[in-house]
Amino acid sequence: MRRVAITGMGAICALGRNTAEFAEALREGRSGIAPIESADRSQLRFQNGAEVRGYSHQPYFDDRRADFMDRFAQFAVIAAREAVADAGVSWTPELRETAAIITGSCVGGQSTEDIGFRELYKLGHSRVHPLTIPKTMANAGASHISMEFGITGPSFTISTACSSSGHAIGQAFWMVRAGSTDLAIAGGSEATFSLGILKAWEAMRVVSPETCRPFSKDRRGMILGEGGAMLVLEPLEIARARGARIHAEIVGFGMSSDACHITQPSAEGAARAMRAALRDAGLAPEQIGYINAHGTATLANDPTEVAAIRSVFGPHAERLAISSTKSMHGHTLGAAAALECLAAALALRDGVLPPTANFTEPDPQCDLDVIPNHARRAQVEYALSNSFAFGGLNAVLALRKG
Amino acid sequence: MSDELIQRVLKVIATSKRIPLQTVTIESDFQQLGIDSMDAVEILFALENEFDISIPDDEVRGVRNVRQMCEGVEKLVAAKADGVKAGQ
Repeated sequence: MRRVAITGMGAICALGRNTAEFAEALREGRSGIAPIESADRSQLRFQNGAEVRGYSHQPYFDDRRADFMDRFAQFAVIAAREAVADAGVSWTPELRETAAIITGSCVGGQSTEDIGFRELYKLGHSRVHPLTIPKTMANAGASHISMEFGITGPSFTISTACSSSGHAIGQAFWMVRAGSTDLAIAGGSEATFSLGILKAWEAMRVVSPETCRPFSKDRRGMILGEGGAMLVLEPLEIARARGARIHAEIVGFGMSSDACHITQPSAEGAARAMRAALRDAGLAPEQIGYINAHGTATLANDPTEVAAIRSVFGPHAERLAISSTKSMHGHTLGAAAALECLAAALALRDGVLPPTANFTEPDPQCDLDVIPNHARRAQVEYALSNSFAFGGLNAVLALRKG
Repeated sequence: MSDELIQRVLKVIATSKRIPLQTVTIESDFQQLGIDSMDAVEILFALENEFDISIPDDEVRGVRNVRQMCEGVEKLVAAKADGVKAGQ
């Protein structure tokens, strides 16, 4: 089996329009959470979100091309462009034919659908725009990436709610490791700031009325975010041979299903996914130095995740550093695992562990080292990135310093 | 608390949870009725419709049984009536 390197990184989210800006905000512990600007806040019980503020398609896409793309698909292509440029990929006809694209998205272009159906139900029009379907489909991100680069190999999309892009990166990692492709673009994107979707989240009563405070005793829920993140994965030997920069390696991927409840998290299910990732990587728990936690800041997630980490790591849990970068980029749903895998890779590469921002007060139920508020210099060899979705579908990635 | 209000709340709980009305009483607690967090969120949604009120998240925290739920609804219904009077 081949080792798998991350040779390209791309990101767009509330923290910045590229990976360098994203990394800088994480190092500074700066939160991108602010009053929501792209939906009518007066109709909402919560007011804050982690949006790509002031976003316009214009620096990225000409108007006609943007007509065909929901914001979530635009984010996918923007992140993929950066990742491919960063990797310095030299396209050959063979590579275009065999490269893989795997994207994750929770709801695809549901904002387009939300606005389109408003025409029908509220405004009483009898027609819906003909691009509603191609803009809404969850695979639009993968499709637009394939067209962007002329990639004609295997491309598909995985939708497992908040684990979507974790499953996508994991699957791409396995494909590269097994030799079924020499290059994969994998990650996820999401853009959920339309009123209908926000109201649906409001009804679940899991969104914080103020900010996102993972593992803090006064946490009051998640904050929704939007964005995209893509990685270029290649076999380590090929990447080295062509002189590519190795940001980090992906060394393991583990999945599990809670099989118990459609929304409530399960410590056992989360623990099984972490164990599966360690097993897949051939790592002992003691080798892990940092975990980028799922850390949504809901009342239920955080203590459950801490219990799961304790059950997997035993006494080593006390020596682990964990943090939730959702405190800064929000919960970007289908893009979350990709942004967080990127954050973990940057932590290993740069020797700076990102903090859990907005932390005010320790919670006895979440009593691990959560790197409160300030990034920490630390050389870590191995890290995990946790994603635990609604529906109980869990994805954990294991990374190694490059 | 009026009997009528209690009966309406019990009915909403039974209908949402799809359990026989006679299994729900003012003395029931959520655990005993098998009401988990998602069930509770659905019941709140149905109560908002039934009483034409808006139930803030903060009012919900710590509510663990039917009596507390009825008290919470009563408070919000009264606040709404006061609001209507004040507006007249």
